Amino acid sequence: MTQQILFYAFAAVLVASALAVITVKNSVHAALCLVLTFFTAASIWILAEAEFLGLALIVVYVGAVMVLFLFVVMMLDIKEEAVREGFIRFLPVGVVVAVVMLAEMLSLIGVRALQAVPLPENPALAAGSNTSWLGKALFTQFLLPFEVAALILTVALIAAVALTLRKRSGVRTQKPGQQVLVQRDERLRVVKMASEAPSTGESA
Amino acid sequence: MISLAHFIVLGTILFCISVAGIFINRKNVIVLLMAIELMLLAVNMNFVAFSRYLGDPSGQVFVFFILTVAAAESAIGLAILVVLFRNRSTINVAEIDSMKG
Repeated sequence: MTQQILFYAFAAVLVASALAVITVKNSVHAALCLVLTFFTAASIWILAEAEFLGLALIVVYVGAVMVLFLFVVMMLDIKEEAVREGFIRFLPVGVVVAVVMLAEMLSLIGVRALQAVPLPENPALAAGSNTSWLGKALFTQFLLPFEVAALILTVALIAAVALTLRKRSGVRTQKPGQQVLVQRDERLRVVKMASEAPSTGESA
Repeated sequence: MISLAHFIVLGTILFCISVAGIFINRKNVIVLLMAIELMLLAVNMNFVAFSRYLGDPSGQVFVFFILTVAAAESAIGLAILVVLFRNRSTINVAEIDSMKG
């Protein structure tokens, strides 16, 4: 019973904050509302006894991705009125599409029939905890996809740096690539000259 | 007791909200990206619920991978956005039409 009350409370916060994300004027406020949405979703996942994913959502999304979003939103100088134009014009279309889609999906799912089946006993309990249950699957059955995920993250990291890197003109910087490529001839010149007789005191 | 339907309905509502968000925020790329994140969250909600319902860890492992790819996607998307703003001084989708035929 407590679980159900908690679920409805979290679900209400989740829907309200998701609505706020798409309707508030200020993009910074939208990003903050998205933080609340992710946090509430993590709470709901923990309620569903998916503790690892709930915590991962908080660490990865609230901690990293949303900070990146806030960073970019604050860095860009966005003119709100230009960005908001067409909001009223597209509002009816958006609402109609969303409501029709929701009605279609709900009728397709068959809520009444599903409501009769409560969630079964937590399967992770047999493995000790949710984390070890997930970890066993991740590092045996899904080892290759796991490695590919690491590769994807590396590619994303390099791509993000490569995209935003820019050459500034008029800045004196070291170029390590050219520094290590330097040859002896570029730094040192050996001059051939005739040897001279050692000077004795009489010439002075 | 919480049933499977609770999670699925919640995921559906979240998905429809983000679809509406894509419609009404057509000019603002940042909010579009946020709506995409919301959509992925809705899908993840379904994965978690069904994984719990069927007692199969594959669903939750898949959520893990979706989180990874979504993080990579938003990092690259925001990097593109920064470059775009640097070059055009706008993120209005209507003004980004230099590649139209």
